[in-house]
Amino acid sequence: MDSPQTLFEKVWRPHEVAAETPDTPAILYIDLHLIHEVTSPQAFTVLRERGLGVRRPELTFATMDHSTPTRTEQVFGGAPIAIEAAARQVRELEVNCHAFGVELLGLRHARRGIVHVIGPELGLTQPGKTVVCGDSHTSTHGALGALAFGIGTTEVGHVLATQCLLQKKPRTLAINVNGRLAAGVTAKDLILAIIGTIGVAGGTGFVIEYRGATIRALDMDERMTVCNMSIEAGARAGMIAPDETTYAYLAGRLRVPQGEAWEQALEEWRQLPTDAGARFDKEIDIDAAALEPMVTYGTNPGMVIPISGSIPQRPGDAMFAKSLAYMGFEPGRPVAEQPVNVVFVGSCTNGRLSDLRDAASLLRGRKVAPGVQMLVVPGSKEVKRAAEAEGLHTVFLEAGAEWREPGCSMCLGMNGDLVPKGQYAVSTSNRNFEGRQGVGARTLLASPLTAAASAVRGRVTDPRELL
Amino acid sequence: MDAIKTFRSRTVVLAASDVDTDQIIPARFLTTTTRSGLGANLFADWRYGSDGAARADFVLNRPEAQGCTILVAGNNFGCGSSREHAPWALTDYGFRAVVSTQFADIFRANALKNRLVPVIVDQATHGWLVEHPGADVTVDLESTTLMLPAGRAVRFPLEPFARYCLMNGVDELGFLLGRQTEIVAYEQRLRSATVASVAG
Repeated sequence: MDSPQTLFEKVWRPHEVAAETPDTPAILYIDLHLIHEVTSPQAFTVLRERGLGVRRPELTFATMDHSTPTRTEQVFGGAPIAIEAAARQVRELEVNCHAFGVELLGLRHARRGIVHVIGPELGLTQPGKTVVCGDSHTSTHGALGALAFGIGTTEVGHVLATQCLLQKKPRTLAINVNGRLAAGVTAKDLILAIIGTIGVAGGTGFVIEYRGATIRALDMDERMTVCNMSIEAGARAGMIAPDETTYAYLAGRLRVPQGEAWEQALEEWRQLPTDAGARFDKEIDIDAAALEPMVTYGTNPGMVIPISGSIPQRPGDAMFAKSLAYMGFEPGRPVAEQPVNVVFVGSCTNGRLSDLRDAASLLRGRKVAPGVQMLVVPGSKEVKRAAEAEGLHTVFLEAGAEWREPGCSMCLGMNGDLVPKGQYAVSTSNRNFEGRQGVGARTLLASPLTAAASAVRGRVTDPRELL
Repeated sequence: MDAIKTFRSRTVVLAASDVDTDQIIPARFLTTTTRSGLGANLFADWRYGSDGAARADFVLNRPEAQGCTILVAGNNFGCGSSREHAPWALTDYGFRAVVSTQFADIFRANALKNRLVPVIVDQATHGWLVEHPGADVTVDLESTTLMLPAGRAVRFPLEPFARYCLMNGVDELGFLLGRQTEIVAYEQRLRSATVASVAG
């Protein structure tokens, strides 16, 4: 009998075109290559310079999300895309996909969205696949039991030309999560707590497998939120073993195998979970029952505290002091007193239907506090359509929030959706780096529930006060 | 591609830990469709004031930092996004190596593909370098050694393949294209699932 294997090993090994040797990295075959407008142009330039084509266009799939507008008139006509360089990137992706035979969900396509939202949504992402994209939040797709990680533009070129990557085999880290999440505590709070525990470099060199009863109880949207922020702990990939929740989510989606092929796929997928007795290079235990809603207070996602907490003190730590100075925070002050200027609900972390439902559940019959700008940006056209079918957009609009077209939007502000200098934003996105949401913007990462509660009260608010 | 064997420079020290790629090159500069010219905006929000003028207190703007090609950075340098614009900005500015105690995974991979050498050193060596900005050091790939003043030398880890590519001017795409026979054989073995066309 074979020795027990982890989920990661079961996905990695069958994709080795050539195994790692002392002198060369492994050659890893890629099943799904997702591309977008920001990190692909220079890769296509290399193909042109070297006279190469796309080796497997049918395994390559393009969308546009990072620099695209979220204002309806800029997407569907009536106004030009406000940022000329962004408009050029959009056009260049159209030209490249046409020239190289790559399928593109263009700006006005009915299924367009953030690449990490639409991959699973269309059923392109499947258990056991290798998935890459020129974007670090590709880790999201690991929620379906895929090995999915972000790559640079040179590597985008490698995959376009050869469908392969040269890769050093990462180590494995099991994060065992047990205990029931309390009411008002979400998958976002869980992953923020994990990052706070292991640190922003704690996962460097590892692929994380999230395991345990708490993970098994999460729905797919929640699992994607957890895997999405693996990179914020330094891990290129996070994975969750497929189970009945995964199969129920995938059944009937546009690009999954149908009929007999579906049954065959299910049989293969059921072999993927980590075998009893398989060894990880490292293991960490997390007690989910002890968690509160979490909120960041600093300039990396590891600077995170329970919402009832106060800004920590670290005397003599110059970096910490610099971070607090950027945020305008003083040690010892409760974070929940902080007034808020902007609230952003969206991104590949929290832009799916259940996230919008969470936010709407606290906004229904309430108003966004005077002086607060709240932006709700669905992760995809499909999410937007489903939310509107439930009337969620009416809840947002009646509360005084803005309801936009899908895209990365204010998560990184490439499209001009920016937090003004010095202002405080409670954001459901993934990075609170200096300037991430705009020059001088001060970001507090939190769950959609916490974001909505904070919008209502106009200050950082524990959502349990409004449940 | 140019082969790299050894190079020597004074260091410039930016000791902050967890410097993310949004600091190295802010997202608003990613709307470019080329690789060149990003050096002008390297560390833009630390390097320039809101009026666009160079900030005298930022290390890269000091006279003694001019011409330095080796950056001493803090732990976990390059965390955050996968943007290759980060090493493009560093190399376009003129850096040839970054020295730290740890690099983020994707940044390190991207750096090597752009002939920017990630030099990982121990805490003590790093501490010495941080305390001695402007130190005259040499990166030697033959011996994978960082040579410090007064004859001190420390080895740094570098995979044999990465070292081979740097020292022989080999690019990885060329290497992969040279392995096509194996890739074809793999595809024939597996006939991996094809993606049907979107109906919508």
